[in-house]
Amino acid sequence: MIAYIIRRILVAILLMFIIIAVTFSIFFLVPRLAGASSDDLASRYVGRTAGAEQIHATAERLGFDAPLPVQYGRFVKQLFFGTDYNLGPTTEHCPAPCFGYSFVNQAPVWPDLLDRLPVTISLAAGAAVLWLLGGVSIGIISALRRGTVFDRASMGVALAGVSMPIFFTGLLLLTIFSYKLGLTAPGGSYTPIQVNPARWAYDLILPWVALAFLYAAGYARLTRAGMLETMNEDYIRTARAKGLPERRVVLKHGLRSTLTPIVTIFGLDLGLLLGGAILTESTFSLPGIGKYAVDAVTNNDLPKVLGVTLVAAFFVIFASLVVDILYAVIDPQVRLG
Amino acid sequence: MRPVGNRRLLPHEGVLDQMRRRPVTGVVALGASLALALAACGGANTSSGSGSSSGGATYNAGVDKIYNPSSTTGGTLRMAHSGDWDSLDGADTYYAYSWDFFRLYGRTLTTFSPAPGAPKIVPDLAQSLGVPSDNSKTWTYKLRPGVKFEDGTPVTSKDVKYAVERTLDKDTFPNGPTYFNDFLDLQGYTSPYKDPTPDKLGLKAIETPDDQTIIFHLKQPFAGFDDLAQIPSTAPVPRAKDTGTKYKEHVVSTGPYMFQSNQLGKQFVLVRNPNWSQATDPIRKPLPDKIEVSLNVNAEDIDNRLLAGDLDVAVEGTGVQPATQGRVLADPNLKKNADSAPTLRNWFTAINADVAPLNNVECRKAIEFGSDHTGYQNAYGGPPGGDIATNLLPPLIPGSQKFDLYNFNSKPTGDLDSAKKALQACGQPNGFATNISYRAERPREKALAESLQQSLQRIGIKLTLKPYPQGDYFKLYAGKPDFAKKNNLGLMTYGWAADWPDGYGFLAQITDSRSIRAAGNTNLGVKLPAVDKLLDQAVVETDASKRDAIWPQIDRQVMEAAYYLPGVWSKTLDYRPPNLTNVFVSNSYNMYDYLSLGVKK
Repeated sequence: MIAYIIRRILVAILLMFIIIAVTFSIFFLVPRLAGASSDDLASRYVGRTAGAEQIHATAERLGFDAPLPVQYGRFVKQLFFGTDYNLGPTTEHCPAPCFGYSFVNQAPVWPDLLDRLPVTISLAAGAAVLWLLGGVSIGIISALRRGTVFDRASMGVALAGVSMPIFFTGLLLLTIFSYKLGLTAPGGSYTPIQVNPARWAYDLILPWVALAFLYAAGYARLTRAGMLETMNEDYIRTARAKGLPERRVVLKHGLRSTLTPIVTIFGLDLGLLLGGAILTESTFSLPGIGKYAVDAVTNNDLPKVLGVTLVAAFFVIFASLVVDILYAVIDPQVRLG
Repeated sequence: MRPVGNRRLLPHEGVLDQMRRRPVTGVVALGASLALALAACGGANTSSGSGSSSGGATYNAGVDKIYNPSSTTGGTLRMAHSGDWDSLDGADTYYAYSWDFFRLYGRTLTTFSPAPGAPKIVPDLAQSLGVPSDNSKTWTYKLRPGVKFEDGTPVTSKDVKYAVERTLDKDTFPNGPTYFNDFLDLQGYTSPYKDPTPDKLGLKAIETPDDQTIIFHLKQPFAGFDDLAQIPSTAPVPRAKDTGTKYKEHVVSTGPYMFQSNQLGKQFVLVRNPNWSQATDPIRKPLPDKIEVSLNVNAEDIDNRLLAGDLDVAVEGTGVQPATQGRVLADPNLKKNADSAPTLRNWFTAINADVAPLNNVECRKAIEFGSDHTGYQNAYGGPPGGDIATNLLPPLIPGSQKFDLYNFNSKPTGDLDSAKKALQACGQPNGFATNISYRAERPREKALAESLQQSLQRIGIKLTLKPYPQGDYFKLYAGKPDFAKKNNLGLMTYGWAADWPDGYGFLAQITDSRSIRAAGNTNLGVKLPAVDKLLDQAVVETDASKRDAIWPQIDRQVMEAAYYLPGVWSKTLDYRPPNLTNVFVSNSYNMYDYLSLGVKK
C-alpha cells in the first residue's frame, strides 16, 4: 500500500509539470505559431493609449522576449525558490511556492488562491454532503419502491435537476428565497466559518442546494440502477433467507456493492469542484477559485491561469488517489499495486 | 453478477425507460412554471423592504434634473460591480465609473461640477481654474489652503507633483491614461522610482515654488489643460505612504470619505474622513455615512437586487442588462424609477480606405447611403439603446451640431438610389465584396454586422462577417492596419466615447492621422491633413466658444470623406431604487453622479 501511494504521488508530480508545460504552450506557443510577436502578447497588458515603447518595455518586464523554455524554467524556479518583484518604490520577495504576480493587477497569485480556497472548499464540501446523502437516499428508496409514485416523482425531479443549468436554478432560487421572501442571504454573501459558523451555513445554503440539486440527480439514478441490479442477486436472496433484518440486507449487503461506482464518481466530482465550481460561484457571486479562473482566462492573465490549473489538477489527482485507496477499504477483494 | 468497477451510467440509462407519461411529471413541470411566473411577475419589491415609495417618481426624472433632492445625511450607500475594480489608485485607472467614484476619496486640481445639465469644469483642490501663459504651454494652479490627508497631514503642491510623476511610470502603472506622458515636457524623466534626487521630485516639467503653487510646463500648447487636471492622476499622494503597485490597497484620502477596509476582488468600504473639511470644499455635500462596494457580483443578480431594493447603485453605470431592460420598460411601476441617460458614446463602423475599392470616396459614400440605419439602431436595442446618429459627435459634447449628409433621417432604412449612383461613380455598378469585423463577445455588434450584411446586399455589396476577440481587437486585429488590409477588413465595427465631455476628448483619438501607429489604433484610417490642422488649431485656442466651433468642422470633414458610418448615439437605461436621494445623471460621466447620492435611512 505504501509503495503504491508513493508511486502514485510521483506520477502525480510528473503530471503536474506536464500540465504546466501544456498550459504554457497554449498561452505562448500557439500565438507564436499564429505569428504574434512578444510585443503583440504584451499589448494585452498595457493601457489603451500605450505606445510602442511602453509595449516593448512591458514585453521585457513580463519576460515575453525570452524563449519559451526559458520562461517555463523561470516559472518552475520561482515556484520552488521564490522570486523578487518590483513594486515601484520597493521590492517585495515572493516566497515559495511563488506563482508569480497577475499580469493585469500585479497582485500575487498564491495569496489570492489561498484566500479563495476556503470559499470553494466550503461550497464543494457542503454541496457534496447534501448531494451524497440526498442522492443516495433517494436512489435507495426509489430502487426499493420501484414503480411507485415516489419512484417516478423522484426520477422526474432528478431529470429536472440534471437538465436545468445552475445559472438558471441559482438565479431563480435567489429571486424567490432571497429577494422576494427574504429567507436566505443575497448573492455575494460569504462569512468564513471561523468567524461565524451559523452565518457561514446561512450564506451558503442556497448555493449548496442549487449545486446539490444538479449532482444529486445523477447519484440518485446511479444508486437506483445499482441497487436494482444488486438486490436481485442470489446472495441478497440468501441473506434474506437467513433471516437478516431488511435494513441490514439493504445497507450492508446491497448498498455496499453499489458504492464502488458512486465512490469513483464522487471522488472525481468533488475533485473537479474543488478546482473551482465556476458556474455556481459566478451565479452566486462567491469569491472562490472558480470565479478567479473565469477572470484569469478572460483577461489572458497567465500567472492566475497557471495557479488555478495547478490547484485544480492537484485536487483532481488527489481525489483520484483517495478514491483508489477507498476501493480497498470498501471491497476487500481489490488489491492496490 | 457484481457491478463492474468504474462504469458510469449515462444520463438516459435507467431513467427514460422508467418514465411513464403520468401526471407526476406534469406536476413537476407545473411547479417549475409557477416558480418562474412567481419570479417574473411583480419584479421590484417596491412596497416593502426598499424604503418608502417615491410619489414623484417618473421616467427620466433624473435626466437633466435632480430626482428626490435631499440634504439628509446618514445611512449606507450600497453599490456593486460585476467584475473587479479598474484600480482605486488614481495613477492606474481609466474607466468613467472609477473617475466618477474617485471624487469621493480623492481631490484633483479641477473636477466636473456635481450638478445636472451641461458639464462644467470647476476648481477643486485648486482655488481657481488654471492660469495659462506662454501661449498655453504653461499652466499655474494655486492650491486651497487647509486641505489635509486622512491622517491630518497638510496637502502641499509637492504631493500633487509626486502624484503626477507616478503616473508617468507605465511599467508600474500600465493601465492609466498617458496624457501627462504625452503633454508634459519630460526631458527624459520616466519615474520617481528611478529618480536620483533625494525627494524624488526631479521632474523639471512641474515646478512647486511654494507649498500652494504648482506650475506645469507642456511641450506643446494645450488650451484644454483644465480638462486634464480633473483626471485622478492629479490627486495628491504622500510619498512616505506610496507603496507602488500596492498603493491601491489603501489609497490615502483627501476627499470626504476614506477607506475603512479593502478586500481585493471582493469588497471595499468607505467611511467619513475626519480630516476632510467642508470649509475647504465648496463642491461636495457628502450625505451617506458609509459606502459599501461589492465586487465580482453576477450582473443579473445586480439587476435583481436593484429591483428588489437590496442594492442602491450598479456602479459601472452601463445600465441594466438587456433582459432587465425589457422588464423595466414594460412595467410602469419599474419604468418610473428608470432613466434613459444619453452618453458620450457613438457606436459606429469605420470604413477602411486602405481596402479597395473603399479607397474611392464614392464607394464609401455608397455604404453611407445604402445602410439600414433603423437596423443599426435595432441591433443596439432600439430607441432605448440610443438615437440614430447622423454624424459623429454625440449631442452632449459642447459645440456638437447635428447634420445629415446621407439622408439618414429622411430615409432611415437606406437611400438605395443615391447608393447606386455612388457605386456607379466609383466604378462598381454591381457592388463589390469585402469583410466586416466585429468583437466576437458582443452580440449587439454581431447583430449589427448581420444587419449591414443584409442591407448592403440590396445594392450588391457582399459582406463576410469576421469576428475577433475583443481583448485583442485593437491591438492585433482591426486596430492593426497591416492585418486589416491583409484580411480585407473594409468595415470595422466598434464605438468610441470621450474621456471627458469635450470635442478633443472625443475626436482626437479617432480622427488625428498622426495617432495612427503599427498597432493598437482607435483611429482606423482617417487621414485628412485638414482635420489634423483643425485639431492643432483647437488645442491652442483658449476661447472656449471658438474652440467648440472647431469640433463640428472636423466632424463634417470626416463625414464628407465618409470614413465612418455613424450608428447610434448611445443611451443607457439606469435604474434608481426608490430609497436613493439626490439622484441625477451626470453629463460628465454619463451615469449617476456618485458624489451627490444619498440614501433614505
